[in-house]
Amino acid sequence: MSTPASQVVRAALSPRDTPESSDRRAELAEIDASTSGTVLLFFVAGMVWLLIGTVFALLASYKLHAPDFLNQYAWLTFGRIRTAHLNAVIYGFSAEVAVGVVLWLMCRLCRVPLMAQSVINAAAVFWNVGLTLGIGGILAGDTTGVEYLEMPKYATPILFLAFALIAVWTIVIFRFRREKHLYVSQWYILAAVLWFPWLYSTAQLLLVLEPARGTVQTAVNWWFGHNVLGLWFTPVGLAAIYYFLPKVIGRPIHSYYLSVLGFWTLALFYNWNGFHHLVGGPFPAWMITVSIVASVMMIIPVVSTAINHHFTMVGQFGKLKYSPTLRFIVFGAVSYTISSLQGVLSSVRWFSEVAHFTHHTVAHAHWGMYAFFTMTMFGSMYYILPRITQREWPSERLISLHFWCTAVGIILYVAPLSYGGWLQGKAMMDATTPFLEVVKITLPWLKFRTLTGLLLAVGHLAFFANLIWILARRFGPYRQPEPMILASVTPTVPIGK
Amino acid sequence: MNYGPLLFLGILLTLAGSWFGLVLTPNRQLGDLQPNVNTNTAAVYPQPLPGEASQGREIYRSMGCNYCHTQQVRPDGFGSDIQRGWGKRRSVARDYIYQKPVMLGSSRTGPDLTNIGERQPSYDWHLTHLYNPQTTSKGSIMPPYAFLFEKRKIGYEGASTNALKLSAEFAVEPGYEVVPKPEAMQLVEYLRSLKTSVDLPEAPLPKAE
Repeated sequence: MSTPASQVVRAALSPRDTPESSDRRAELAEIDASTSGTVLLFFVAGMVWLLIGTVFALLASYKLHAPDFLNQYAWLTFGRIRTAHLNAVIYGFSAEVAVGVVLWLMCRLCRVPLMAQSVINAAAVFWNVGLTLGIGGILAGDTTGVEYLEMPKYATPILFLAFALIAVWTIVIFRFRREKHLYVSQWYILAAVLWFPWLYSTAQLLLVLEPARGTVQTAVNWWFGHNVLGLWFTPVGLAAIYYFLPKVIGRPIHSYYLSVLGFWTLALFYNWNGFHHLVGGPFPAWMITVSIVASVMMIIPVVSTAINHHFTMVGQFGKLKYSPTLRFIVFGAVSYTISSLQGVLSSVRWFSEVAHFTHHTVAHAHWGMYAFFTMTMFGSMYYILPRITQREWPSERLISLHFWCTAVGIILYVAPLSYGGWLQGKAMMDATTPFLEVVKITLPWLKFRTLTGLLLAVGHLAFFANLIWILARRFGPYRQPEPMILASVTPTVPIGK
Repeated sequence: MNYGPLLFLGILLTLAGSWFGLVLTPNRQLGDLQPNVNTNTAAVYPQPLPGEASQGREIYRSMGCNYCHTQQVRPDGFGSDIQRGWGKRRSVARDYIYQKPVMLGSSRTGPDLTNIGERQPSYDWHLTHLYNPQTTSKGSIMPPYAFLFEKRKIGYEGASTNALKLSAEFAVEPGYEVVPKPEAMQLVEYLRSLKTSVDLPEAPLPKAE
């Protein structure tokens, strides 16, 4: 334990540290340092994709109420820009940041440094090459036409290879763990890295390489589509919440048994949810019913996780004022509960009949992927980046701006659009309302959505600026042993005024 | 739960459950569906798309039309699809057996297109609508696909027979005309081919009054 990083940490240890805790800190610093280059690679690439995805998002949103805007070329048409947005934020931003968080958490929790970083770095390069090809392909018109799997088949094998490397490496880290105790976050991460390659390869095979017959494709499509959220992003998000929530407030998780219950019921029920996307479609009733039942059963993992998180936080909410990590993580955790319960409601037939084909569904997707997952990832990055760069965040003001723009932005995005979507659905149910009238009803909500998108974009830029700044500060002051904004005892510099 | 192998096993078994239930079983049930042969007329339905329409389907896919238009009619009493005239009967799995990829769609920012070929058989309507949706549907938020058309000078022979008949409001300057590129014609052939009002044992057409 005598790399430069750990020496720095030892030299800067707080007077409150005992020899034992200083050893522990030095070990963590060593592990953090080993992940540094790789995790940074994933975070920075992910953030670049977020900015690209945001530009596509704004364009697509604006086009939906100004259809004549930018239409000279085929690649600018709504159907392609919208799809490029989705793939850039799902497979670019969300997945890459998720991998960064997964690797960092796994190394820390297993107490092993990241070994042979070049393997994972190569995976990062493959992933980004695959994505660039894939999103370029979508804009060029080579989309597969399968929702959530639009990237053409000359890109997807590269992505699969990259992900397989990441999954294998995560399992290798786990295999060589020095910590005997397995923490909840490790269960979720292991599950996520084992589930995703299975989902992705099955979907690629039956949808793109050797398409199944007729509507079996749609069935596989939504089995995959729902599970990529439920079995990849959700476990990673929950792993992060389970780690950072207790870490930041300095208290253990409320109940071990609730964690176990939450994990296994999620594993059992979530993967059967996909067919609630098929309500009313050309499928045998059993397929849809089975998924609705499983969707309703999701109340068990969601509520048990929510209770667990809430009782961990109880009495500690004052700390939200000081810790950016905690703010984002708690926002994400609460959104997980709300969006999941809303998802249960959406799966039921009478609700789906109205809301299914409307902007309500778009709002719900952003609730899950943004308000829960993205916010959780932002929170995680606020914690991880200072530890792998050994630099403190340069600007509190930018952190504040980032939090308020994204938190307010996503609430104002989701709530009104859900309502507007419901109105749209109600109008569509009434056959005497001409279709163009239905379109007219959605317009104010679509316009407002573009405005909230701008707010989110400002938040993203603020975070990106802070990220570039922290990276540019390589010769600046080292991180303090008492984190600048992390108020485990007393806040040294509170964020916000 | 500190025992790694048990964790692995649980993780793999849970997903194996839905892989078996939601991937394998639907494939067993629907994966061998054959076209229906009408016992009276010997008419076979569905049929693979003819060449030009099938090229048009590729344009439909590549432009992402399926993100705003569904191709599935909900059953009577569930939504207002049948009352809106989007279909005479609900869609069933057999309607899709030849489609690669199946584009059921998940959003109705625009109307359902399962039977658009029955509702709008006119070439002129489709072409002007694709060129600029406002020509036929004022207030539509569908983007124009003018890049599938060519604006050119009218030659010595006079206007082309396939030039768009645009009303004064949308007309191009005198001496010029707008003609569809092959892609536009293919897309229209595809849209005109979308018809499912065929009697099937599992989804009979309503009896004529």
